[in-house]
Amino acid sequence: METVIKQSGKTQVFKDKANKVMGISLEDAKLTKSYLSVAFLAILLGGLLGLLQGLNRAGMLELPAWLNYYQVLTAHGLLLVVVLSAFFTIGYFYAGLSHTLGGLLPKVRKMAWIGFWMKIFGFVLAVIPILMNEASVMYTFYPPMAASPIFYIGLVFIVLGVWMCAFGAFINVASWRKRNPGKHIPILSFFATAVFVLLFFGSIPVAIEVFTIIPWAFGWVETINVMVARTLFWAFGHTLVNIWYLTAVSAWYVIVPKIIGGRRWNDLLTRIVVIALVIMNITGGFHHQIIDPGISEPVKYMHVFMSLAIGFPSLMTAYAMFAVFERTARKKGGRGLVGWYKKLPWGDVRFLAPFIAMAAFIPAGAGGIVQSTNQLNQVVHNTMWVVGHFHLTLGMSVVMTFFGISYWLIPYVSKRVLTPQINKLGIIQTIIWTIGMIIMSGAMHWVGLLGSPRRTSYSTYFDNATALSWDPYLFFLAIGGTLLMIGVLMQVYAVFNLMFFAPKGNTEFPVAEVEEDEAPTPRWTERWGLWIVCMIVLVGMAYVIPLVDFIVNAPPGSPPYKTW
Amino acid sequence: MMHRSEKIWLILSFGMIIGFMLITGYQAFALEMGPPSYGERIDPQKVDETAPFDNPGIKKIGENEYEVVMTLQVFSFTPNEIEVPAGSTVHFTMTSKDVVHGFQVADTNLNAMVVPGYVQKITQKFDKPGEYLVLCNEYCGAGHQMMSTTITVK
Repeated sequence: METVIKQSGKTQVFKDKANKVMGISLEDAKLTKSYLSVAFLAILLGGLLGLLQGLNRAGMLELPAWLNYYQVLTAHGLLLVVVLSAFFTIGYFYAGLSHTLGGLLPKVRKMAWIGFWMKIFGFVLAVIPILMNEASVMYTFYPPMAASPIFYIGLVFIVLGVWMCAFGAFINVASWRKRNPGKHIPILSFFATAVFVLLFFGSIPVAIEVFTIIPWAFGWVETINVMVARTLFWAFGHTLVNIWYLTAVSAWYVIVPKIIGGRRWNDLLTRIVVIALVIMNITGGFHHQIIDPGISEPVKYMHVFMSLAIGFPSLMTAYAMFAVFERTARKKGGRGLVGWYKKLPWGDVRFLAPFIAMAAFIPAGAGGIVQSTNQLNQVVHNTMWVVGHFHLTLGMSVVMTFFGISYWLIPYVSKRVLTPQINKLGIIQTIIWTIGMIIMSGAMHWVGLLGSPRRTSYSTYFDNATALSWDPYLFFLAIGGTLLMIGVLMQVYAVFNLMFFAPKGNTEFPVAEVEEDEAPTPRWTERWGLWIVCMIVLVGMAYVIPLVDFIVNAPPGSPPYKTW
Repeated sequence: MMHRSEKIWLILSFGMIIGFMLITGYQAFALEMGPPSYGERIDPQKVDETAPFDNPGIKKIGENEYEVVMTLQVFSFTPNEIEVPAGSTVHFTMTSKDVVHGFQVADTNLNAMVVPGYVQKITQKFDKPGEYLVLCNEYCGAGHQMMSTTITVK
């Protein structure tokens, strides 16, 4: 809290103190509670659909004709990659903005509510055709597969809802900066700014794509440029997953050090990592197209560098996190080369869950670097390996961090406290989730290397011997998926218990302070205009050549197909 | 601001990324192992009338060398069930007649996206005899899980 007060202007001191004593304002709390409720209902439903897929791939469950595998898969992707992640991120960062900037502006709160209902409306529009089997196109909806136009209109509302929240955040941060000249944006709001900048700029390509699809899906335009649509999608798609990762990273840098009773990593280095992730993120999406036709090898090679470059700030983060752990544990009397680990609060779910999430990012990040390189990508592209990869990155590194956050954020906004019972439930949940995800994701990686494809319902390919040899591995998807479903139920129970039934009391919003002897952070880190220009220049370098080529040298376009 | 060990860590990190780059570049440009990137355009609604796809099939083009001209469509590969002698190098030339498909052969590094409007090419030498499973690895519709064939190497 001290930092917040120090960093804020004098006019804000009173508001901040009020925030500290009385906690978050009721209106701001209601906003975050609503966002988090939707997020955890999405994981309940999305998790259940995931279990159905796992059981199907293991050959144990045949899905009925009225709810086929590809409907389930489309809904699973949309619920978890779009709804869970977007609603959690916005709920969490809006609470962070409210806490570190002395409350949300009334106008901004209103925008966040409009954004909330636009997203809900958009999601309902998108789900109706999925349930009617009119939109079994996966959340990637590659043309020339064409879903019902209603599906795409739903997506437009989701994007507009997200933009509403992004602009709200920008307005709140800009207003704070005006009121606090010469101050650094508080670190959590700095992360929030980065996330909303990426959400806005990252979703521009998909907005353009969807606006070209809609007239085509209605039949007003006869054909579509398939490769332009695909390229625009991935400029967005990979940015999206990296946004959820950046959200988790914010908690690793800012929240976790406070929970273990330490101080956070060097402020300047933290901000450099954030800036680097903002500038370099959008271009990373190209590695989804390494084995696509129509893109020359030199362009693909340039993109290997653009994808791998994102690994560098993550490697900076890896060092920073373990340095913070060691420093904190040694201050508490930890000894030995690695013996200090005993001094960390392993019995506290608010630490254990994000810690395992971070540890999971070591193999997850390594797998990501490996699969972004050209030839290795060719080995694993569109196999189960990739599914294993994003369940390790998103399902573990990101989602477990979200779980860890929920054990203090929900009591904080509900003015309740985390009880030892729920903490214990959380520890068990964390262990079950970890085991479930290791089993499922491990089997997915392995069977993917053997060649088993992703996004396919159970198939022996006419009793082909090679395909049959994958079955024992696929069985682990059912085991892992079942454990994960138990984990989902426990987590959702904990969330709603903490929101409505836990004992009343004050819970702190844990924001760590910097080391006392740290040099002041230079002013240049606040030059957001410059970072955005750098990002746009890099996006230009990455995408102008292939997109212009796809447009200028376009083949005749494709008509819409409904192949399901 | 930076500890010595952090500088070492970051230098190693940077070196690792550069190492990946150099090896990838060497493989792609010196060993010609680059990913399938052929770029010729074709009218996706006139595949059957456009050479060479008006006559899909397998053709011997040299000593132990074959060309397979293949179309992918929901939910099949044409030609179906290919047979080549062991030690053959096979050049695949492919395109899609409808939606996006994936061409993957298990137990090989054959893996390429086949996109309507584009001709895709990929080559593989089959040394080991056996029956290789060919499957579509990009979701293409209700029968996607049935879209497969085999390459028999004798």
